[in-house]
Amino acid sequence: MTAVLEVKDLQIGFGGVKAVDGLSFSVHEKEIIAVIGPNGAGKTSAFNCITGFYKPTAGSVTLKGQNITGKRPADIAAAGVTRTFQNLRLFPDLTVLDNVRAGMHLYGGQSWFDAILHTPRFRRSENRYSDEAHHWLDFVGYRGPRGVPIRNLSYGQQKQVEIARALARKADLLLLDEPAAGLNFSEKQVLLSLCRRIRELGTAIVLIEHDMGLVMELSERIVVMNFGREIADGTPAEVKANPAVIEAYLGKDDEEVPSHGDA
Amino acid sequence: MSTSVDKTRTRPRSNSAGAKLSRFMESPKIGWVAFAIALLMPFIIATPYALNVMTTAAIFVLLASGLNIVVGYCGLLDLGYIAFMAVGAYTAGIVAKSFQLPLLFTIPAVIVMTILAGLIIGAPTLRLRSDYLAIVTLGFGEITRITANNLSITGGPSGIFGIPGLLEIGGIDLQEPAIFYYVTVVVVALFVLAAARLGKSRLGRAWRFVREDEDAAEAMGIHTYKVKLMAYIFGAIWGGFGGILFAAHLTAVSPQSFVFLQSALVLMAVVLGGMGNMRGVVIGALVISLLPELLRDLSDYRYLAFGILLVVVMVFRPQGFWPARGFEPERPAPNEAATESEPAPPKEAIR
Repeated sequence: MTAVLEVKDLQIGFGGVKAVDGLSFSVHEKEIIAVIGPNGAGKTSAFNCITGFYKPTAGSVTLKGQNITGKRPADIAAAGVTRTFQNLRLFPDLTVLDNVRAGMHLYGGQSWFDAILHTPRFRRSENRYSDEAHHWLDFVGYRGPRGVPIRNLSYGQQKQVEIARALARKADLLLLDEPAAGLNFSEKQVLLSLCRRIRELGTAIVLIEHDMGLVMELSERIVVMNFGREIADGTPAEVKANPAVIEAYLGKDDEEVPSHGDA
Repeated sequence: MSTSVDKTRTRPRSNSAGAKLSRFMESPKIGWVAFAIALLMPFIIATPYALNVMTTAAIFVLLASGLNIVVGYCGLLDLGYIAFMAVGAYTAGIVAKSFQLPLLFTIPAVIVMTILAGLIIGAPTLRLRSDYLAIVTLGFGEITRITANNLSITGGPSGIFGIPGLLEIGGIDLQEPAIFYYVTVVVVALFVLAAARLGKSRLGRAWRFVREDEDAAEAMGIHTYKVKLMAYIFGAIWGGFGGILFAAHLTAVSPQSFVFLQSALVLMAVVLGGMGNMRGVVIGALVISLLPELLRDLSDYRYLAFGILLVVVMVFRPQGFWPARGFEPERPAPNEAATESEPAPPKEAIR
C-alpha cells in the first residue's frame, strides 16, 4: 500500500509557543485516521500546516511521494488535498450550488473568453458544474433548498454543504476538522455512514474529532496529541489502553498512591 | 426543512403580477428592453445638449460596469478607478495625435497600457485588505492625475486637444453627435453584457469566492492573487475603453477630468445600484449621471438635492436599488438516478 500522506517530524511555533512539536504519521489509501487530543493540543495547527495555511518551521509533508511542505494552499489543493474548517468557512451570500461549485474550480473547462462569447464549450462546462454540484449534494444526503444563499440554512445543512464542497474537489485526501461538532445523535450516524461511503470513493480521510464514540467506531488508527506533541499512534483499542492518553485526558491521579495504601 | 424546500420550489410558479414582474426583471429580456430604450432616446429628444448628456451617461455606465468587476464581484475597494480611464484617454489621445490616426486604431495601445496599469496597481496591493487597499488605490488615482498634470507629453495642466475623431468611413463621420451616441451605446452595451457574462462564469464565481472568504477560496485551489489580478485587469480595460470614448467625445483630455470626485462618483453608482449586480449598477450609473442634469431647475441647489437624495436612498436601501440576489433556479425535478448513490441516510436523520 502506498502512503497517501506522510507527515514527518512536523513543527511549527508562534513566538515561543510550539503549537506542533514533532508530529509524524502516515495515511494509506482508503484509510480513516483520527487525530484527537485536548483543546489546544495543536490538532488544527497541524491541519493548517498540512494544507499550507501555516508554513511549518521544520519537518516535511509528502502527498503521494510529492513534497508539498510550505507550498501555497491553492497548490496543495491542486496536488490533491481538500478540507473543511473547524468553524464553517462557506461563502455566506452565495447559493448552495455555487458553494459546491467552488470545489470544482480546478476542473477548468472554460476560459474567460468562452464566458464572454458563451461558446458551446462554456455551456458544456457550466452544465457539468451544475450536474456535479447536484450530484455531490445528493451524495452527502443534503435535502434543503439549493438555489438560495447559504446563510439562510441551518447549521447542520451548512455542515453538509461544506463536506459536499470538499468532496467536489475529488481529492485523494480529505481533512475534516471536527465534522461532528454541533450535530445531534442521528446526524452523527449519518456522518458516520457518509465517511464510510467517502472511503469507498478511494479518498483517505483524516479527521479531528472530540466525539470519542464516533472516533472509536470510525477510524482505523488514532493519533493522539497533547501540548503539540504526539503521545500515541495506534488502533482504537491500543490508544484506549495507553496510559499516556488516559493521563492526557483525565490528568494524573495524585491521590493514587495514598488511596492505594488505604486499601 | 421540508417547508423551505416547498417555498422555494413554488415561488417561481406563482402568477401574481409582482411575481411576473420580478421574473421579467430577472430574465435576459430586460437587457434588450434597456438597449432598445437607449436606441430610441434620440427620437424623443435630440437637442445637442441632450445628446451630450446621454453620451456622457452611457460612458459613465461603462465605467461603473468596469468598477463593478473590481468592487462588486471581487470585493476590492478601489477609490482611484478613474485613473484607468485617464490612462486610456491619454494613451488614445497621445497615440492618435502624434501619429494622426483615427482613435479607433489606438485600441491595441490602450489595451496594453491599461493592462500594465492594472498590473502596476494590482501586483503590489494583492496582500492588502479592504481599508489599506482603499488608501493605496486612492494614492494611485492621485499619482496618475498629478503625473499627467506635470509631464510635457500629456500636455501639462492644459492637457491634449484637437484629438482626431474615432473614424471616418465612406463620408460618414462617427464623430457626428447622433452617430457618436449610437456608437457609444453599442460599445457600452457590449461591454456591460461581457461584464455580466463574466460574472456568471467560472472566473466570476472565483471572484465572488475571494470576496466572501479568501482562505476558503485558497483551500479549494483558487489562486487568489491571480484571480484578483484578473479583476484588476478587466476593470482596467473597461476603464480604458471608457477613456477612448471620453477622448473621442470631448476631443480633448485634461487632468481636471480625473479628480478624486470622479472615482467617488463611479463608486457611488456601483454602491447605489447594487454591488455585484450588473443591472443594478447600470441603473445606479444612469441615476448618478442623469439626476444632476434633471435637477437643473433647482440651479444652485441641485447638488444639495442630489446629495440629500443619495443619503436618503442609502439610509432606506443600504444594499442599493437592485442588489445581487443570490438566487438561482432549483433543480427542475428530483434526480432519481442520484438517490441510488445514497442508500444509507434515513430521511428523518437528516432532519
